[in-house]
Amino acid sequence: MEVTVKGAVDPKSGFVVDLKQLKDVMSREVLDALDHRFLNKEVPEFLSKIPTTENLAIAIWQRLAPKLNQAQLHRVRIYETLDLFVDFYGEDFHGES
Amino acid sequence: MKTRSMKAHLTRRYMFSASHRLHSDEMSEEENRVTYGKCNNPYGHGHNYMLEVTVSGPVDDQTGMVCNLFDLDGFVHKQILERYDHQNLNLLSEFAKSVPTTENLCIAIYDIVKRAFGKAHLEKVRIEETMMNSFEYCGENGR
Repeated sequence: MEVTVKGAVDPKSGFVVDLKQLKDVMSREVLDALDHRFLNKEVPEFLSKIPTTENLAIAIWQRLAPKLNQAQLHRVRIYETLDLFVDFYGEDFHGES
Repeated sequence: MKTRSMKAHLTRRYMFSASHRLHSDEMSEEENRVTYGKCNNPYGHGHNYMLEVTVSGPVDDQTGMVCNLFDLDGFVHKQILERYDHQNLNLLSEFAKSVPTTENLCIAIYDIVKRAFGKAHLEKVRIEETMMNSFEYCGENGR
């Protein structure tokens, strides 16, 4: 999984985000809930949705986005295998499906 | 209650091998040598191309997918890999009037997928020619 954040570079710290803080939020909101879990049965989002990689990327975005205050979430990328990955930019779909 | 559709991007990687010689009929022999260097050598050379195809669309409520991978893989194998794998790109009709650079190869592949793959929206074609360089094309109005 890759998490990309964006934002203004803080003039004092030179950071877009404090990595330590990001890592803490990641661990608490995402990894603790998902790591070594059976996605279908142990993660609430997937009691009503299929745990495809698309839905996993969306679930991680929804867990993470509201908890970031310093930087803004830009992209969640999940590699399902080396030759297959999903990107989610927090976008709603508009238009004909 | 109607649930909101989210838009996700799905990227799949494929490999193929092909040869090319960079040579433009619009330039003299000398200009070709200066422009393309070793890539202008008369007998060409080969690459193991890594192709990335990115499609996007709403995540289907029922399947949880942007598009079925069987459809995308089937299409790319039949329409792209069978066309380009182990070919001399210079001999293909799409390069009769253009140089088979990886830029032009991106555009050729993009055009085939865009024209004939109807299961999801094509966002981008990206090709790694070597580990050190890559090219991408998102259509004429792309980013």
